[in-house]
Amino acid sequence: MDNVIRARTPAARAWRLLLHLVLILAALWYLLPLAVMVLTSLKPLDEIGAGSLLTLPDNPTLAPWLKAWGSACTGMRCDGVSGYFWNSFAIVIPAVVIATLIGALNGYALTKWRFKGAELVFAMMLFGCFIPFQVILLPMAQTLGWLGLSSSRLGLIFVHVVFGIAFTTLFFRNFYVSIPDELVSAAKLDGAGFFRIFWRILLPVSKPIIVVSVIWQFTQIWNDFLFGVAFSGHDTQPVTVALNNLVNTSTGVKEYNVDMAAAMIAALPTLVVYVLAGKYFVRGLTAGSVKG
Amino acid sequence: MKSVSTSGDAARPVGVAVSRPSVAGHLQAWLPKLVLAPSVVISLCFVYGFMLWTFILSLTDSRMLPNYDFVGFAQYARLMNNERWWVAATNLGVFGALFVGLCLVLGAGLAILLDQRIRREGVLRTLYLYPMALSFIVTGVVWKWLLNPGLGIQSMVRGWGFESFTFDWLVDPNMAVYTLVIAAVWQASGFVMALFLAGLRGIDDSILKAAQLDGASLPRVYWRVVMPCLRPVVFSAVMILSHIAIKSFDLVVALTGGGPGYSSDLPATFMYAHAFTRAQIGMGSASAILMLGGVLAILVPYLYSELRSRRHG
Repeated sequence: MDNVIRARTPAARAWRLLLHLVLILAALWYLLPLAVMVLTSLKPLDEIGAGSLLTLPDNPTLAPWLKAWGSACTGMRCDGVSGYFWNSFAIVIPAVVIATLIGALNGYALTKWRFKGAELVFAMMLFGCFIPFQVILLPMAQTLGWLGLSSSRLGLIFVHVVFGIAFTTLFFRNFYVSIPDELVSAAKLDGAGFFRIFWRILLPVSKPIIVVSVIWQFTQIWNDFLFGVAFSGHDTQPVTVALNNLVNTSTGVKEYNVDMAAAMIAALPTLVVYVLAGKYFVRGLTAGSVKG
Repeated sequence: MKSVSTSGDAARPVGVAVSRPSVAGHLQAWLPKLVLAPSVVISLCFVYGFMLWTFILSLTDSRMLPNYDFVGFAQYARLMNNERWWVAATNLGVFGALFVGLCLVLGAGLAILLDQRIRREGVLRTLYLYPMALSFIVTGVVWKWLLNPGLGIQSMVRGWGFESFTFDWLVDPNMAVYTLVIAAVWQASGFVMALFLAGLRGIDDSILKAAQLDGASLPRVYWRVVMPCLRPVVFSAVMILSHIAIKSFDLVVALTGGGPGYSSDLPATFMYAHAFTRAQIGMGSASAILMLGGVLAILVPYLYSELRSRRHG
């Protein structure tokens, strides 16, 4: 690349300094809310009124975290967000596994066993990635009632799988398209069947796309609020719904430190995933857009 | 769907010309379709069927519970005469335009700056992008705290000695919708940066060199040569961002709750409020169908170009 500003002349050096300054300022703007969130969550309540957003806590305390976890009020009940935190895991894990498995098989069938109309089937399913979910909320609520799944974790898992399949199919289909067909044809000549070819040839090379799909589904479902608030009951709420209830429960003094600690608890799992597997996270975000 | 005897040809893996007329062979030929069938059925029922169902509900006078007394397009007419709907729709226009525009400018700008061989690029990129991993509820809760006039940014700046500094958009009915823009841009602009950076890395260096040999200045090279190459990226980003804007629900709930009053309502919160809490299922369905219309207006050109480029690529 020769289109970079090189530090040859004093003017260019000044430009480069400015460039770094702008980039660092931008980083600070992205960091500010996280920093405030962490600082506030570690302050006792009396320091919040006295100090300002960015003052360091004089007497750092984990009490807000413990309260958010175990005893803060979320609506009627006052036992913190811990139960809802585990609810989220209980919903996310099966939903991710099932949607990824189905997506992998769909992608495989669509690319390696092409049949007339496969493109049409794919386009039809792809559409599910894009609908505003408001348009299915009411029928889904009624259908879950008929299936006896209203307000249950199973119902939420079902909904997330149903609307996750479109994305996972997209991921795997686009990945398997780039795997040479010759490998499959050769195995087919040797008499290997549908599942055998999938198990022996496609699955071993699928690791990157499995990671992308799992991370994408995990963050999507963990961060979901709409389905959570529409289809869950008091005991089966995911942590995002509990967080919103906690923040909006007004009993006595507003405990901002507890709010921020609860927000951190709700944010940590996806943040950890992002830090550990950022590369795959970006790939998931861009898979449906630039890659095509 | 084709019959068994002919689908043996159609469902063969590419490049294989042997077909076995045994039972097992037939089963093998059908397996791919069998595997896809549940997903197709799910898609037909839960996406297309439910859309139709919501449309049907929007033609009824359902209130607390769905009923099927048809009233034609009366709910749409009611919607058109509903002030709150117009506030929500106008807000979506303002929010959507600012959100998409600012994300594009910030994202493209940061990507171009980051592309200048910055030593700590990886760290900066990570910092720019992490908000995208958060839930919109978390984002809303944090920004509600930052924008809280009593204890947030306003009070911090006043504490620095600027006594008359005012930043109370969160409680100002005319400005509350802009707080949504701030939080949403904070969350999504890093993602747009990542899109642009990937696009920039994909541009052939020789084009840039040629332009520079012709004596074009650096900003000019970017504007006239690089940006046109990034047209597909801009296109994708606009699609994805406008899609996020139309679906925005959690952010509004967590940050402004649609308020003060209903001044920062968006169609997504309008729909939810009417369908689930205000016992106006008919009108709520009508608003959902209009949202779908909005998404389709953006989506159809996008899918068209996606599928076309796939065919050519």
